[in-house]
Amino acid sequence: MFACLYGSGNLKALAAEFSPTVELTAADTVTFDISGLDRLFGLPQEIAAAILRRAAERSQVDGRGAGTCACHVPTHRDACRDESRHGRPECPLHLALASNPDAAICAARGFPRLSIVPYGDEAKFLAPLPLAQLAPSPELAETLDRWGIRRFQDLAALPPLGIAERLGPEGLRLRELARGEAQRKLKPIADPERFDEEFEPEYPVDLLEPLAFLLARLLNGLATRLATRALATDELRLRLKLETGATHERVLRLPVPSLDTKAFLKLWQLDLAAHPPAAPVVRVWLGLHPAKSQAAQSGLFLPSAPEPVKFEITLARVRAIVGERNVGTPRVLDTHRPDAFVMHGGWGRDSAASPSAGNPASLVLRRFRPARAARVTLVRSQPGTIAAEGVRGKVIDLAGPWRSSGDWWTPDPWSRDEWDIALSDGGLYRLYCDPAGWFVEGSYD
Amino acid sequence: MPTIVLRPQFASLLGGEPDWRCRPAPETVPSGIAEIDADSGGLPRGCLTEIFGACSSGRATLMAAILAQATARQEFCALVDAEDAFDPASAESAGVCLPRLLWVRCGHNAEHALRAADLLIQGGGFGVVALDLGDTAAAGARRISLTSWFRLRRAVEHTPTVLVAISRQSNAKTCATLQLECARERTAWSGARPGRLLRGVRVRASTPRSHSRSMLCSPVFTAQAI
Repeated sequence: MFACLYGSGNLKALAAEFSPTVELTAADTVTFDISGLDRLFGLPQEIAAAILRRAAERSQVDGRGAGTCACHVPTHRDACRDESRHGRPECPLHLALASNPDAAICAARGFPRLSIVPYGDEAKFLAPLPLAQLAPSPELAETLDRWGIRRFQDLAALPPLGIAERLGPEGLRLRELARGEAQRKLKPIADPERFDEEFEPEYPVDLLEPLAFLLARLLNGLATRLATRALATDELRLRLKLETGATHERVLRLPVPSLDTKAFLKLWQLDLAAHPPAAPVVRVWLGLHPAKSQAAQSGLFLPSAPEPVKFEITLARVRAIVGERNVGTPRVLDTHRPDAFVMHGGWGRDSAASPSAGNPASLVLRRFRPARAARVTLVRSQPGTIAAEGVRGKVIDLAGPWRSSGDWWTPDPWSRDEWDIALSDGGLYRLYCDPAGWFVEGSYD
Repeated sequence: MPTIVLRPQFASLLGGEPDWRCRPAPETVPSGIAEIDADSGGLPRGCLTEIFGACSSGRATLMAAILAQATARQEFCALVDAEDAFDPASAESAGVCLPRLLWVRCGHNAEHALRAADLLIQGGGFGVVALDLGDTAAAGARRISLTSWFRLRRAVEHTPTVLVAISRQSNAKTCATLQLECARERTAWSGARPGRLLRGVRVRASTPRSHSRSMLCSPVFTAQAI
């Protein structure tokens, strides 16, 4: 069973309230599948009454609110008044119910207000409608006009073989439409789906634990909606409206799309513990960015890697201990400036990185961060004794100075003289002198 | 069937009395230093390996070699750096694939380092987790209770992770399956001033528990500065 709404206003929204399968047939026509509504409302007349009632409610609400009419549902008196005032009716809401979409469309466009096309009698019901409603091509319309065929009943009465011979496939299609026998599937509207929900608790929430309960509820609902569409999420957004009127926003980004609600909840708990809202929460909004879930089979002989979502939880826990910026993957910058690197928080994404070409038994520097200021006595312009925090002794052997500088063209230039020194305390250190003084940069270990 | 009956049957089948209490030897992986692998058989997975020694004794070089070897095997590694002493440029020169390394900087807090290492081991999926307490003061490192080391050993057990701890002196004691004591034998310099260069250091890595061998038989490797 199909229904067709013909008129002005937001017909799509009205149809969507009754069916998930809605076709936007034209700007003023919406067709939707109402199969199964008989179990909810009963007979087709009752279904139609429910649709018209809802249209009237929407019309009243929208008329009160924004001042615009969502769906114009005229009464008989309105129609008569409009006809008497203007000579023609103002475009009212037409509703038709039929066993196939095209019969419903023809009835809705051709008859005023409500039409229920009886099953099996479609041709008889649609018979008086003008043929122009089927919008034939100009050539075909001219031919049919010359033959004196101007209504549905005239075309329906013609033999199909003769029509096929003289008018071709288009003529046959028009005949099917005129007889109300055309069968096709609806082309449903693909709405851009949004996965967000909000919740307003009865009283302001000032503790994280009850907030976690609310989040769990929202997460489960949204995850179910995603799962039914075979989707996952790679970004979660949380917006908390606070009692003070301010908004507290947080975003969680996942390395791979997932639907693990327990992991999401744990991540939110850790994130909110690290970044708690400044005041009690009066409204919670949660949005999930939909993404295609990834299915990958790792090789049998490849080494295992941390499971991405579980690893995000581990990282969040570690960040809670050592700080947000102290966890990540280092990347050495392309400069000669000493200790120039950046930390990347999104670890593990570059899993295809090739191993570095280096000497495994290469002497490694252990840095002192910050570099330790030193008191240095010079012997023949070379360091003789060193005294710094944890580093003290006489220089036994040394190499240097090695002069280096860079970034002199920027506001932050650097220049230094470096020495590799062996001290009497048994350590091998890197010592440098720059305009700020002497420093021990680290030890070779 | 009672055990007393089964035992002789197993013994006859296996060709001798099996030792029921001994555990199978853990799988080992190469450390990246051939001399150490030849001596100790490599680093055991699912166990704690402790590397200790004085300042400039080659501990960090050995750690970098282990990380380089693991990242070359396409494994993911984690470095928990208690004293924020890791130098990414040196490590890259030593062959460590930095995109496969997670660096946790603990800002001079050994307790944070222990907790972070515990979490990372529990999280799983790492080939190597290195806990660097190399610059932690001896008194501070001694304050770490043996229970903490037992906890780490228990966490890493039955996992394919190699847990490596670096410190100035032995702290883990019996919790460590393999102990390597590093000592710098000599420093190699070349040339005369002013063009003198630090060429490298010669490191002896001994296993303190193998009393049967003398110190002179311990493996020696050279950490090259250039």
